[in-house]
Amino acid sequence: MSDKIKFTIDGVEVEATPGQTIMQAADEAGVYIPRLCAHKDLLPFGSCRVCTVMVNDRPQAACTQPVSAGMSVESETEEIRQIRVNLIEMLFVEGNHYCPFCEKSGNCELQALGYRLGMLAPKYPYMFNKHDVDASHPDIYIDHNRCILCARCVRSSKELDGKNVFQFVGRGIHKKVAFNSDTNLGATDVSVTDKAIENCPVGAILKKGVGYSVPIGKRMYDTQPIGSDIEARKATAK
Amino acid sequence: MAENLEKAIREICELNGNDHTRMMDIVREVQQRFGRVSSEAMDFIADAVNSHRVEVESVVSFYSFLSEKQKGKFVIRLCNDVIDKMHGVDNVAQAFREELGIDFGESTPDGKFTLEWTACIGMCDQAPAALVNDKMITRLSTDSAREIIKSLKANGDENRLTHLLGDGNNANLLVNSMVNNNIREEGPVIFAKLDAGKALHKALAMSAVEVIKDVKTARLRGRGGAGFPTGMKWEFTRAAEGDEKVVICNADEGEPGTFKDRVVLTERPDLMFEGMTIAGYAIGAQTGVVYLRAEYAYLRAFLESVLADRRNNNLLGNNILGKEGFNFDIRIQMGAGAYICGEETALISSCEGLRGDPKNRPPFPAQKGYLANPTSVNNVETFCCVAQILDKGAGWFAEMGSTGSTGTKLLSISGDCTRPGVYELPFGILVGDMLEKAGAENPYAVQVGGPSGQLIGKADFQRTICYDDVATGGSVMIFNEDRNPLEIAHEFMEFFCEESCGYCTPCRAGNELIKERLEVIMKGEGTPEDLDYLEQLGKTVAVSSRCGLGQTSPNPVLSSLKNFRGEYEKLVKENKDGMQRTFDIHKALATGEELQGRKSVIYAD
Ligand SMILES: Cc1cc2nc3c(=O)[nH]c(=O)nc-3n(C[C@H](O)[C@H](O)[C@H](O)COP(=O)(O)O)c2cc1C
Ligand code: SF4
Ligand code: SF4
Ligand code: FES
Repeated sequence: MSDKIKFTIDGVEVEATPGQTIMQAADEAGVYIPRLCAHKDLLPFGSCRVCTVMVNDRPQAACTQPVSAGMSVESETEEIRQIRVNLIEMLFVEGNHYCPFCEKSGNCELQALGYRLGMLAPKYPYMFNKHDVDASHPDIYIDHNRCILCARCVRSSKELDGKNVFQFVGRGIHKKVAFNSDTNLGATDVSVTDKAIENCPVGAILKKGVGYSVPIGKRMYDTQPIGSDIEARKATAK
Repeated sequence: MAENLEKAIREICELNGNDHTRMMDIVREVQQRFGRVSSEAMDFIADAVNSHRVEVESVVSFYSFLSEKQKGKFVIRLCNDVIDKMHGVDNVAQAFREELGIDFGESTPDGKFTLEWTACIGMCDQAPAALVNDKMITRLSTDSAREIIKSLKANGDENRLTHLLGDGNNANLLVNSMVNNNIREEGPVIFAKLDAGKALHKALAMSAVEVIKDVKTARLRGRGGAGFPTGMKWEFTRAAEGDEKVVICNADEGEPGTFKDRVVLTERPDLMFEGMTIAGYAIGAQTGVVYLRAEYAYLRAFLESVLADRRNNNLLGNNILGKEGFNFDIRIQMGAGAYICGEETALISSCEGLRGDPKNRPPFPAQKGYLANPTSVNNVETFCCVAQILDKGAGWFAEMGSTGSTGTKLLSISGDCTRPGVYELPFGILVGDMLEKAGAENPYAVQVGGPSGQLIGKADFQRTICYDDVATGGSVMIFNEDRNPLEIAHEFMEFFCEESCGYCTPCRAGNELIKERLEVIMKGEGTPEDLDYLEQLGKTVAVSSRCGLGQTSPNPVLSSLKNFRGEYEKLVKENKDGMQRTFDIHKALATGEELQGRKSVIYAD
């Protein structure tokens, strides 16, 4: 008990263990901070910036910033909501996301965040960047059109699967996910049971043959907004 | 050929200890020998250093001086910085195109030449400039461009391109370059004489803690741009846990318009190495690394020779100057063309043989830097200041400049002025006085601090150059009344889009969006609302980006919107009919018709 520290999120006092990130402490306290690249089983990465919060009036990524005693974190302000919406919109216009006929619809974290944050049509113009689809693997396909470059696949393969299937190549707007093979995904040692496949938050990496086994309307975020599971902890924590 | 490649790569990797953290040296060498790092080469490298081919590909695809695609024997990289454009680089480019029969981004069919654009190569005071392989060519004209191609075709050797040599050490046989120093004003710190070893000798007579105290008393702040107190950084690094500590000198100098470190590297390398060695003593480090940008490869042999001299004089190596147990040496790490590698954590990634992605902070480099060792990264000029502080005293240094910004600052001034070059001036100098020294001609706008700094106008000419007012890492670009602030901002946005590492959303996608809307406005298709749009977008990118690049990348647009708003307002028009100006019905129709493979019957004209 004595090694716990206290800080506030939007004025409400929260307890944390030193060494935790703001996001980890918030999760435990049942406070949901929006996120895309962060995943509970993976090391923090800090690429999507959707978890941006103000820490003592300075912007920080909640998923990478450690807690410190007495810090004041702002998350649910109109200013930050707008920044988050802008970031989500950037991801939507950077890729090519056709939600209504995407297999991931309803289970997609990007789409779900758009709903939760009240995003309507993006105010930014679509970039219509050209991306490839790789369906060479018998059980998996990857559609780069929907990739948000969150590195969950890269990290999962290394950290959880003990492999090294994915890595980024290129830089800037040309950055993309590549595979550890001189040809395509089918030539790697990736397997459909890899965590790297499961942990993709959007419809970029998909399993073949199971796309519509759960009908749209009955999927994860069709029934409750993203973050509800974390917020449910608040009730039990009390 | 394939066997040859494998054998060569084995040798190259072997020479680098088959160490994947030396990936930069390995892939640079392969690129140099084979004109590319082919897919096959990636497999061989991965195998030799026990890595994965996708990791090698990840590195190769990141740096602009590395490529999977075959490059010509002579790679001509023409600088397309805004200053070069003002000095007629477009005509020079056309001469190259005509002479070679290829466009930029292409290679001649005989495999001899590749033509490329490149960002600022640190020659704004002698623009237009280009690199032919490692050879620096300055003050280009259409005539000299044609001559270069003729000479390369006739002699097949880029070393025979330069006939006239530059001043100072540029004429040294090991540099052998036509580059000029253009030192316009020598001040008491960087350009004051100091015999090699003198300051180090004094430092070694003190305790490490006393050395740090001196640097703190001098109130020295980092010269690389951010202005962090140097003594404090050293104190953190010294106090951090870890047996091995590292001193890194940041000689990446990628901020467009900055070329002062190039002059220091050419004329004052001993001073810089001395400062690094003092840092090593103060921090308790044994390893020093100079991260030298690929564009300055022509200085490498010369710098190596200065290092060799210092080793011979026991200014490096073991028990330096007889100080029992003080062992320190310096190696040069070459970059491979990436502005982001000037950012200290990206620089460390690069030194470790990775893509130049910045790292998450905390931990800070002082806690966990190069190969997880506590590391202090400082700028070239900062180390020079340190050496002089140790020799001449902290009080002497602190008396110069202004209270918050002590000492002098090296400025590299270019653009519309009669005396472009390097100036060592006391901090606190008025912008207007600086402009006068440089012989600015009708200055209308001045970009201080490079693209990541600010574009200021006449109203700010009474302000001062220092950390707390108009801050700069050294870049000052002057623009006269004929120049258009929007075009300047656009040049810089192109630069940031090109150089973003792509790690985080706002910088990767947001900068593209800023550039897009700026182009809409420049075409006369913008509305007054677009100005708010740009401000909101810029703010999101600045606030939410992960590193200094993205946090400052909207500055060209935000500062020109603030200081030259009238220029924007001239171009935007109220959107009365409510139609989206950027939507072109005829273009959309053409695309639709192409996709369908038939003519529209409804919209037939
Ligand atoms: C995108 C970017 C590029 C940078 N480029 C350089 C550079 O070329 N040289 C440099 O000394 N510092 C550069 N910096 C600043 C470094 O991150 C770091 O602050 C500096 O090297 C520290 O040295 P100093 O304390 O002596 O200034 C850059 C920062 C950013 C964000
Ligand atoms: S493929 Fe999926 S998991 Fe991998 S980076 Fe793209 S969005 Fe993230
Ligand atoms: S701001 Fe983000 S994308 Fe831009 S250079 Fe830094 S980490 Fe890379
Ligand atoms: S969740 Fe923190 S940056 Fe993506």
